[in-house]
This record gives sequence, C-alpha cells and structure tokens, in this order.
Amino acid sequence: MQDNIKQPLQQFILQLADNLLVMGHRNSEWTGLGPIIEEDIAFASIAQDQVGQAWNLYQLLESEFGFAHPDQVAFTRNEKEFYSSHLVEQPTGEYDFSLARHYLYDLAQLIRYEMLSRSSYEPLAKLAKKFHGEVKYHVFHAQTWMKQLMDGNEVSKARMQSAVNDVFPFAMGVFESVDGEEALIAEGIFEGESALKDAWMQQVGAQLLEWGYSLPQLAQPVLGGGKGYHSEYLQPLLDEMGEVFRLDPSAEW
Amino acid sequence: MYGGGYIGGEETLQANQDDPIALAEFEARIAAGDKIEPKDWMPADYRKQLVRMIEQHAHSEVIGALPEGTWITRAPGFRRKLALMAKVQDEMGHAQLLYSAAETLGKSREAMINDLINGKSKYSNVFNYPAFTWADVAVIGWLVDGAAIVNQVANSKGSYGPYVRALERICYEESFHLKQGHDNVVFLATGTEMQRTMLQEALNRWWQPLMHFFGPSDTMSVHTEKLMRWKVKMASNDDMRQQFISMYVPKIWELGLTLPDNELKRNPLTGKWAFADPDWNLFFEVIKGNGPLNKERLAVRRTAEERGRWVREALLKADMKYTVPFA
Ligand SMILES: [Fe+2]
Ligand SMILES: [Fe+2]
Ligand SMILES: [Fe+2]
Repeated sequence: MQDNIKQPLQQFILQLADNLLVMGHRNSEWTGLGPIIEEDIAFASIAQDQVGQAWNLYQLLESEFGFAHPDQVAFTRNEKEFYSSHLVEQPTGEYDFSLARHYLYDLAQLIRYEMLSRSSYEPLAKLAKKFHGEVKYHVFHAQTWMKQLMDGNEVSKARMQSAVNDVFPFAMGVFESVDGEEALIAEGIFEGESALKDAWMQQVGAQLLEWGYSLPQLAQPVLGGGKGYHSEYLQPLLDEMGEVFRLDPSAEW
Repeated sequence: MYGGGYIGGEETLQANQDDPIALAEFEARIAAGDKIEPKDWMPADYRKQLVRMIEQHAHSEVIGALPEGTWITRAPGFRRKLALMAKVQDEMGHAQLLYSAAETLGKSREAMINDLINGKSKYSNVFNYPAFTWADVAVIGWLVDGAAIVNQVANSKGSYGPYVRALERICYEESFHLKQGHDNVVFLATGTEMQRTMLQEALNRWWQPLMHFFGPSDTMSVHTEKLMRWKVKMASNDDMRQQFISMYVPKIWELGLTLPDNELKRNPLTGKWAFADPDWNLFFEVIKGNGPLNKERLAVRRTAEERGRWVREALLKADMKYTVPFA
C-alpha cells in the first residue's frame, strides 16, 4: 500500500476505534445506575458492542499496520495521542443527555458502516458489515426511546428537546476528516466525512421532526478531537481506564 | 449473585391460620414434588416468605452490581473489560427476572425498590464491603459468585414455579461468572509479585464476609422446619457453608494462596471441615446497617432512583408501564 493511502487510512481507523472505545466507556458508566433496569441492560449491551468494535479495529491496526498490541494502544496513550471527538468524551450526564448522544452518534455510525461496507479496502468492509448488524439494534433502541420520551409528559419533552440542543454541536463534530482524506475518497475506501454528514443531517432532521422535536440551531461543530485537541474530560477518563493496566503494562492481566 | 442468609423475618410468621384442608392439599402437592404456580392457593406465610426471599435476592443483584460496576471503567485490557461489562449486565438481568418472579406474588417492582431504598428490605451483607483493588473484583467473581451458586442451585429445587424457572436461567449464567472469576484469579496468582500480593490481600479481606455469606449457624435461627417442609428454604446455612468450603478451600490452597483462618482443616474421617467461627456480632451489625458501606450503597441506589424518576414518570404517562409478568 502506498504511503499517501496508508497514512490517512490508518489514521482513519485509529480515529474510528478511539471514538468507539471512549463512547463505549461512557455508556458503560450506566451499568447498575440506569433509570430502569431494562435501560441498564441496554446501555451495557451497546457499550460492549462499541468496545468490542474498537478492539477489532485495534487488532486490524496491529495486524495490517504494525501497531502495538491493542491493550497497549488503548490503555497507555495519553490525550494528545487520542483522536476521539469531543462528543464521546463528554461526561455521561443525565439520561436525557446520554440518550440524545446515543441516538445522534449511533445513527452516524450506522451510515458510516453502510458506506464502509462498500469500501475497496476489504478488511474494513468486512468489519463494517459485521458492525452494521450490531448498530442497527442500537439505532432502533435509541429511536424508540427518543420517540417515547417526546410522547411522554411535559417534563420529558422539555428535557429531551434541550438535550438534543445541547448535544447537537458536539454531534456535528464527529465528522472530522483525517489529513489526506482525498486519497481515501479517490481510492474508493471511504466516501468522506462531508458526504456522511450530509446523509446524517437529512435523516436526523426528518426523524426529529417526525417525533415532534424542533430542529436545533445550526451551531459551529465542536471539532479538534481528531487532531488530538480535547476537552478537560478526556485525560481523566484515560487515567481511569488505564489505572490498573498501567500498574504494570508488561504484566498479563 | 445472591445474598445468602435468609435475613430476619421468620419470627413474624403466624402458624396455622390457614384453611386446614387447603393446607393439607398444598403440603401434599409439595411433598409430591409439584411446583406451586401464581394462581394456586398458598398459605399466607408461604407467600410472605417467598416475596421476602425473592425480593432480597433481586436487591442483592442490584446492589451487587455496584462494587464490581465501578471497576468496569478500570478493567485492565479488552478481554477483562468486556467480560466484566457482560457479567455486571447479567447481574442486572437477574434482578429483572427476580423482580418479575416476585411480582407474580402480588408486590410491584416499584414497591420492592422503594423498600430497598428506604431500608425496609435487606440485601446480602456481602455487598456492604468495599472492592479496593482489581484483585477484589477477581475474588468477588470467583468466590462470591461461587458461594451464590451453592445457594442458588439449592433454591432452584424449591417449590415455587416462577422462582425455580428464574433460578435455572440464573444458574446457567452464573457458571460463566465463576469461570471468568477463576480465570482472573489464576492470572493474578500466577502473575508478578505485585499481582500476587494484591490477590492475597483481597482474599484476606473477603474471607470473613464469605464465611458470613450463608447466614448464622442453624442452631441460631428459628422457624426453619416449616420453610424446609414447604421447600422455600432448601438447605441449611451450615450445610451450604460446608459445601462451599469443601469446594473452594482446596482450590485456593492449590494456587499457593493462604486463608486467614488457622483452624481450617478437613476431618478425614467425617469429611467435614473445621473453621474458626466468624464474628457473628459483626454480621448482625452489618445487617442493622452498620457495615462499612451500607449507607453509601443505599445512597448510590437512591440517587440513581431519583435521577431516573422523570423517565419512569414519562413512561407511566405514555401508558407503557411494565405489566405483571406470568414468569
Ligand atoms: Fe452475582
Ligand atoms: Fe446474579
Ligand atoms: Fe454472578
């Protein structure tokens, strides 16, 4: 593989994996603390899919791009070397925030995997097909709850609308192109963040309106995560995630 | 996971206020190995004791998710992280199954959870102890779940249909928890000096709570005959404790670990194990709410309930309240 493709491709995969790992980590924080037991279970299951997908992608980076062992890559880097978006590193917050984030993020993932399942880079297309099957259920879950809380009472309506407004600028920030993306587009590896974002905006807009939400103001997307610039929330999350592993990274855990 | 010990309440059982003919039929069915179903006639004490027991079990799953749950975000490496997420998720699934089983006896999930957070109903004492290090998670996964399985396998032979069916599924899942806990312990036991020390210290901390797990000696508890005849209580506390010790102590020693009890010894003639009597005053203090973490565990649970109330209220409004299951 030529360098002008290899570089952006590995960065693209790393960014995807980092987003999934941090998102899964955040979603797992609901385990045992959800508003009803069924939601504990749902968030725990989504979190497992996301962490599992991240693991698969780090494995791909190890086998095809010469990266270190997935545990080393995931559990020992600091924030400057992490490329997750601001959306996923935001604290779990209340259930309304978590649900709005879950909906906006997983819908983007669903479309991303649809695109990637047609990728000319076979190993990624294969994984994307598998992940797509998992994310379908995440989106279905998110949609069910987004809709039923908008159909609930005045409090739940107000809370959900304001959560969507709060999350939206962060959600628009997950579409952050890697340097050299043009080469990926030219090679048919990925259709590009901008095409993905357009498709996402269309679906989100139609669905929110259908359920009775007002569309949030178009604000500036919160970008920078993909370049290693993060909010104050990421480093503490990484410290926590690596706390045990870093006691002795050469030990077998 | 499950709390052992049938905590409290037996003294309030009223004897013989049921219709003697119905009672005789009921007891004959149980003696014949029939399962009792929600719509069947049952003595008031049977219903009361089962609700208490299943509810305590469900609460133990919910509270039991807390000590391990806080380690999900810190689990070292993908394999452990995913396994722990799945395990704690299972425990919440057990709570769901058990609340449904208890609801068939006429008490709503909401009422049970209210009684948990206002301190009226109990949960297993073992969850009032802290998980200080990653090794505590390993010990919990292997030995607390191991103890729970002894208890749950016994109860799965009981007489109340919905509880028995829930337990069969729970026991199946628990066998994976046990494997995974054991694997975690083995890695630490055969790992670096630091890992071994961490494990030994955790084991020292958990031994007494594990000895307390099955509840006080049978010589100290009352009214168990009727509950055993009705197949509500299926094994004596002392028998379960013996079973646990004989299953796990040899395995612990094989790993080169020690236990903080010099009296632990198997009598080769009887096969029975001798062990130091754990501090029962401490056990009763923890039940009363004076354990190291009772207040914190309930506070966490109460906060979770309060933060989630708006969601449950919105569901009620949307007429999507969960219905009483047939389990
Ligand atoms: Fe358990
Ligand atoms: Fe359990
Ligand atoms: Fe378990």
